[in-house]
Amino acid sequence: MSDAVTVNPCKVCAPLGACVAFRGVAGCIPLIHGSQGCATYIRRYTISHFREPMDIASSSISEDSTVFGGTAHFSTALDNVIRQYSPAAIGVCTSCLSETIGDDVGLFIREYKAARKGAALPALIHASTPSYKGTHADGFHAAVRAILACAVKEKGTPTARQVTLLPGFVSPADLRHFKELFEDFGLEAVLVPDYAETLDGPSWSASEDRRLPEGGTPFETIASSANSVATLQIGRALQCGGGDWLEETFSVPCRRVGMPIGLRESDAFFDALCELGGCPLPRRHALERGRLLDSYVDGHKYLFGKRAVVYGEEDLVIGIAALLNEIGVNPVLCATGGVGERFREQVREVTGDAQRLFPGELEILSDTDHDTILARAEALKPDIIIGSSKGYKMARKLGVPLVRAGFPIHDRIGGQRLLHVGYCGTQNLFDLICNALMQAKQDNSPIGFMYV
Amino acid sequence: MSTTILEKRRRQVATVTDGKAVIDCAKPSLAGSVSQRACVFCGSRVVLYPIVDAVHLVHGPAGCAAYTWDIRGTVSSGPELHRLSFTTDLREKDVIFGGAEKLERALRELIARHTPRAAFVYATCIVGVIGDDVDSVCKKVAAGVGIPVIPVRSEGFRGTKKDGYAAACDALAQLIGTREPESPVPPHSINILGDFNLAGELWILEAYYRRMGVNILARITGDGRVDDIRTAHHAKLNVVQCSGSMTALARHMKETYGVPFKQVSYFGIEDMSAALYDVAAFFGDPSLHEKASELVREEVTRLLPMLAFYRERLNGRKAVIYVGGAFKTISLIKALRLIGIETVVAGSQTGRPEDYEMMAGLCNPGTIIVDDSNPIELAAFARERGADLFIGGVKERPIAFKMGMAFCDHNHERKLPLAGFEGMRNFAEEVYGSVMTPVWRYVRGHAKGGAA
Repeated sequence: MSDAVTVNPCKVCAPLGACVAFRGVAGCIPLIHGSQGCATYIRRYTISHFREPMDIASSSISEDSTVFGGTAHFSTALDNVIRQYSPAAIGVCTSCLSETIGDDVGLFIREYKAARKGAALPALIHASTPSYKGTHADGFHAAVRAILACAVKEKGTPTARQVTLLPGFVSPADLRHFKELFEDFGLEAVLVPDYAETLDGPSWSASEDRRLPEGGTPFETIASSANSVATLQIGRALQCGGGDWLEETFSVPCRRVGMPIGLRESDAFFDALCELGGCPLPRRHALERGRLLDSYVDGHKYLFGKRAVVYGEEDLVIGIAALLNEIGVNPVLCATGGVGERFREQVREVTGDAQRLFPGELEILSDTDHDTILARAEALKPDIIIGSSKGYKMARKLGVPLVRAGFPIHDRIGGQRLLHVGYCGTQNLFDLICNALMQAKQDNSPIGFMYV
Repeated sequence: MSTTILEKRRRQVATVTDGKAVIDCAKPSLAGSVSQRACVFCGSRVVLYPIVDAVHLVHGPAGCAAYTWDIRGTVSSGPELHRLSFTTDLREKDVIFGGAEKLERALRELIARHTPRAAFVYATCIVGVIGDDVDSVCKKVAAGVGIPVIPVRSEGFRGTKKDGYAAACDALAQLIGTREPESPVPPHSINILGDFNLAGELWILEAYYRRMGVNILARITGDGRVDDIRTAHHAKLNVVQCSGSMTALARHMKETYGVPFKQVSYFGIEDMSAALYDVAAFFGDPSLHEKASELVREEVTRLLPMLAFYRERLNGRKAVIYVGGAFKTISLIKALRLIGIETVVAGSQTGRPEDYEMMAGLCNPGTIIVDDSNPIELAAFARERGADLFIGGVKERPIAFKMGMAFCDHNHERKLPLAGFEGMRNFAEEVYGSVMTPVWRYVRGHAKGGAA
């Protein structure tokens, strides 16, 4: 189809990403300045993936506010959210509606605070996330910048061994893994955001009046980000991330790495940790790395030349492409709904071996939809598809396995617990990919070999 | 201490005394209260979506279309156009320069590609603000392609989900009466309004009606076909379920075409049987009544021993019901009673005063009746009343699960038929499984803290 119509979008809108990021600040509740439906749709969508409570407030803009401005609804919404949740922070993001009617949310917040001088108010964070600009991934990064901009006001004495980690849109399991790695290197992580627990927590006791989940990085901890010795910012596709802002504003050195998926991308990440921690790779992780490489060897016979279609958020796709490149799988299509400028060049950069082995075969699509991905996949005849649950119908139609990764995963249990990053996450993805291909081979054989 | 029920919502909650509970309802959601409702767009989309041979084009940024891509359990016996998500995916430049031209191209391309029997164009929030003339685009395209192209006034901020139902009914009214049937319409012909064929529920009902000798002319809208809907004015009776969404259309058809209507529900034995008897009584043909009683006798005889099994084991359990439509809540109170479960909290997103009156009449003293509730209230009510089971949708599921309560999904995403006699059995099985699972023995009261 032409650019006039998108069929089966390979993205959702920016406020969703912002809401997920806001959940990574301790005691923070997201509030969307928009129609009631924005909050409700985003709640439903994120609940289907994380399987956790996801309270998102709405200013419930109505017809009168589209004419006279939404300030009254906005301050009522803040009042009521504070009454009901006593939050430590409120993460306000905008919508296509509030941006188009020209509401100045920054001004609303200043007025709200000025009218309540002396009252103890939660931190009020504001991210601009018009739904007509970018995708949920862009909304996520916008919220990370907004959180930092709201929290970090001054630079004090640098805190030795403290590093601000901006992980990008990864799973709660990935966040937990990052935190463990930092500990292993003796580093203090300021993780922005940290929804490891808030979006993947234990059951509550029946009598507990819990309104917001435990976990998240405290706002005051985030405030100390200017004192970190460095920012470690993940994402090759990312432009103007929070780390860039911290570097420009407070001269905190920003170390940029790709999403650590695959050996080389993980090596770059671990190199950064070694350097920042001033120590060699701990034996535990050297062993993880060694086992990963050993499995590359064990599995290569099942993998070489297999054709893969990968789609999802830009940085996830780049990471998975980097892994496929290392294991002899031919990434025939790397696709994203994202609109960033770096995607194409970065996919090319991490797939040098594949391009040499399978010249002219790599196809890269950005700003695309699932209808286009399906059409290309039908022509490219992949052996495997890697991405969110949104590729299920394509996999079913083509009769090839779908390895679920990224967001959303709503047709399997455990999307929130899926580990993608580091040597461990790569091992997990490698096993999933290899086993999916082995199973397909087994299932498609008329003989039914028990040994494969 | 944070508030459980916001001051402005107090009159939307009441406790049943002497079979009565007076509450405020049918008002816009309070800003910041975290309503479980969606928006006008959602109301329209939910009603029209099951028309399987129409193009449903969402005019706006991609989010609204992406969140509603193939999420429902509504199924088709033929075409599956409804399972595709079409959007004009408006961008910043469209917001500035207008999206009408893009809309026209999108419509023409989609109609050429899919040859639908009609197209619906859903206006989202910003379309109302940037002033695209959707009506004239629809007219222009319709004139060229020879199928109805119908604008749906579903800007999210224009009211509540209920206003979205009304907009959908307006759109349907534009179709009805525009075509004559190809063959003579049998004398006992009805239209089914307000069943959305979730998990094939409509087919269960159709089989009952067929056994009685009743013909279905148009299905509005589950497994719906545009051409059938266009001839719907030739039916003798409209049988309306989901009265909240479809009564407006039934009224319109009564006024315009003299087609009377009856409100029914297909959930639980009592309401299902009453629906069949009511239709038989309307036609006044004793053979219909005879066949209906034979059918009911047969089905109920088969069901009763099963229900006795469940009642024995579930007796004395307590339930919270919170769903979209109040009519469904009313049916579910009765259905739960059949398996020994008492409803202790009953509510809906969109009930009218008379619905809540009826609801209260069915409930024991002390039952909480609530309109347009939110997670904090629902959790508190469930805790106060010691509920064991929650019946709701995806957004309510995590509330139940975190608190250690059984859950039954009775919303549009369900993949299990719950209507009809067959549905009653499924419902009992579903409830039984969730209440009886041994996992609660480990979860409830055993939440283990850990050292911070």
